[in-house]
Amino acid sequence: MGNFFNDNEGLKFHLRHELMEEIIRLKERNYADKDKYDYAPENFEDAVDSYEKVLGIIGEISADVLWENAESVDKQGPRIENNEIIYADGTQKNHQALKDAGVYGLSLPRQYGGLNFSYVPYVMAAEIVSRGDCGFANIWGLQDCAETIYEFASEEIKNEFLPRINKGDTCSMDLTEPDAGSDLQAVGLKATFDEANNCWRLNGVKRFITNGDADIKLVLARSEEGTTDGRGLSYFVYDRANKAVTVRRIENKLGIKGSPTAELVFNNAPAQLVGERKLGLIKYVMSLMNGARLGVGAQSVGLAEAAYREAVKYANEREQFGKAIINFPAVMEMLSNMRAKTDAIRTLLYETARAVDMYKSLEAISRERKLEATERQTLKTYSRLADALTPMLKLFSSEYANQITYDCIQVHGGSGFMKDYACERFYRDARILTIYEGTSQLQVVAAIRGVVSGAYVGRIKEYEQIEVRDELKPLRQTLISLREEFEKVYEIAKEWGSSSEAFDFNSRRLVEIAGYLVMCNLLVNDANKDEMFTKSAKIMTKLAESEIAKAITYIKNFNPEILEDYKQNIK
Amino acid sequence: MSFKIVVLAKQVPDTRNVGKDAMTAEGTVNRAALPAIFNPEDLNALEMALHIKDNIKDAEVCVLTMGPSRAADIIRDSLYRGADCGYVISDRKVAGSDTLATSYTISQGVKKLGKVDLILAGRQAIDGDTAQVGPQVAEKLKIPQITYAEEVVKVCEEKIQIKRRLERGIEIVESGYPCLITVHGSAAECRFHHAKRLMKYKYAMSEAEATEQGKDCTALWERKPYLKIEQWSAADIQAEDNRLGLTGSPTKVKKIENVVLAEKESINVENTEEALNNLVKELIATHIIG
Repeated sequence: MGNFFNDNEGLKFHLRHELMEEIIRLKERNYADKDKYDYAPENFEDAVDSYEKVLGIIGEISADVLWENAESVDKQGPRIENNEIIYADGTQKNHQALKDAGVYGLSLPRQYGGLNFSYVPYVMAAEIVSRGDCGFANIWGLQDCAETIYEFASEEIKNEFLPRINKGDTCSMDLTEPDAGSDLQAVGLKATFDEANNCWRLNGVKRFITNGDADIKLVLARSEEGTTDGRGLSYFVYDRANKAVTVRRIENKLGIKGSPTAELVFNNAPAQLVGERKLGLIKYVMSLMNGARLGVGAQSVGLAEAAYREAVKYANEREQFGKAIINFPAVMEMLSNMRAKTDAIRTLLYETARAVDMYKSLEAISRERKLEATERQTLKTYSRLADALTPMLKLFSSEYANQITYDCIQVHGGSGFMKDYACERFYRDARILTIYEGTSQLQVVAAIRGVVSGAYVGRIKEYEQIEVRDELKPLRQTLISLREEFEKVYEIAKEWGSSSEAFDFNSRRLVEIAGYLVMCNLLVNDANKDEMFTKSAKIMTKLAESEIAKAITYIKNFNPEILEDYKQNIK
Repeated sequence: MSFKIVVLAKQVPDTRNVGKDAMTAEGTVNRAALPAIFNPEDLNALEMALHIKDNIKDAEVCVLTMGPSRAADIIRDSLYRGADCGYVISDRKVAGSDTLATSYTISQGVKKLGKVDLILAGRQAIDGDTAQVGPQVAEKLKIPQITYAEEVVKVCEEKIQIKRRLERGIEIVESGYPCLITVHGSAAECRFHHAKRLMKYKYAMSEAEATEQGKDCTALWERKPYLKIEQWSAADIQAEDNRLGLTGSPTKVKKIENVVLAEKESINVENTEEALNNLVKELIATHIIG
């Protein structure tokens, strides 16, 4: 009888952030639905109260159903029967419970049967679900596809598909192909227009498709014959009811075993065009991808939370040399760092989610009416902030989830290496997080733009403006000095030329310094509002100090000539 | 014509968290000292009711409870899970009822609801474990009863087939309507709260609660009548005062004793067939096992 929302003060804290009042007002269009729907909120307090209560339902299901089923799902996994993917029994129960509770379609507008929740609680739901079962978080999270349909598809497609997602129909986004992974411009699955039936026909192969046998698929395909790059790709929606896709195989994976990853063959599959032709990759997938990366952020934080809690529990129970192992400095340090890192990626997660929330609502409003000048400015600010923070979040949260689950096993010692404890599953589940939806290396490519444009330093300086209580002032001072160091070392890197190999080679170091500064400043400001973050703020700043020093030393002493040694060393 | 299902539910002290002040000097449960929860097997009953509603056209699920005004909690809880309406019988006169007085009160409440097709109740409540109230209500209403129900095998507008969970097996029985069914804890667990229903009903309250909280809900109830939880007094259900509460309860608790199980003596048993046999025999003879 647990509850993964009610037992998590960190989540409640972020749900009550001061920007939420504006976020919800925008999402609710000044509470315009209050007389139209009996479940629509009348004001801010009412809305937040509903968010808390509904997250409480998801928290209960995550603790009592998902968490309880996670081990058996990991063992059993999905299978193919008669060309259909059958989920593990536990997965089916998880999906049914969430469906019956009416929580799918959390952020969809009410006219399509959704709950019209803003983006922040939607991300919280993903975090909570992931803490219950990291693999199931994919099946849950793919309702993101609804967002793409809502934003870009025609009214007919919206009316046809959105209410179904709300009733629990599952989704998949079919992008990857055998020869098109990180490089999606190479997608070759063919889309041709069938004049006789007035629909598009899809032919070809997709690979590594998460939840590949979903009810509703969004498919990236080449609609423009003779093209070879991203501009020839369009986006399509396919309904599983047409039975024109063969599931060729499901992958046998290291982790997230409950989430089926499939290879699919499209056999003249009928599909409808989403939005406009040729914008498939360059506009729609890019937008979906940002959402998916944020989703991996939520998944990472949820898993980190689970791993941290299991580790603390074990360290309290396990006794060696006559005392609980939590009392040994080496173990205590590991645990405390795990907690600080989890708090750090969570605050980055919700900072990013708030930015997305703001600009998404304003974008939706702009489709209904012309925005005021100030609104346009706000939209631009938050849209840029979201673009800058998303790859940073994906990078740090997924890497930290890996470190935290690694340490979770370490705390468990030999027992953690056995299949008897959940930590070995966490460790395997974590491994994909730094890979899918863009590897860590690709996140750096996206995030370095924020370093070059000064977006990060600009934002960090805004955080520094917040007056903090005396206890936190030394931390703030340390962080200001570190930011100044960062600006100096960036000048060195700039000397090499921002398109040089040397700059590229060091960009991860630069992005990471920026990341530490963002997370630590956010934590200090959180601690200023709530005592419960003070320790994490202190510990993270300590950690940041040494990590930043390491990166700065490397860059300061870097001579581009050494690149040749790196190259030759692997020949 | 709609098919009316009534679920009898009780708010009980959470006996998993019993402290020192769990009982009053009079030998009744001190409700104020314990967190109040939805009696677990009543939740199984509610699930069975909702399942039947899902399978019968035009069915309606009402929850009926008796208790202090805060018992409206379980009505709200039921509304979130899928019940259509709920009633609280709340009156000082019903305080201290034993099973006889309770079943009388409840049966009067059921009568007030008019035509009822099916009554479902948990097998027993965790604060008394008597398993008497359901059967007594059936007797008072002069309708058939099926106890220890675990599963609905078949259900239609004319009859219902139930699988009963018995000590040494199962039994499948059938009944027409009206009838009363008590539901065993091995039946399906109750569904979770439904998001939209929770948001719709979260401000539902009874008049007594509104008064206690100093809220004037007149305008709200006029606008959204479904937010008013009906509350009935003894007079509302036309109950005879002498059959209610302590007056109507022949059960008297003589004494309450705290039993602490402690180790008294220890014996060494040899590891032989005979010694073990003797030990088992002794344990059976002293009714420790068997």
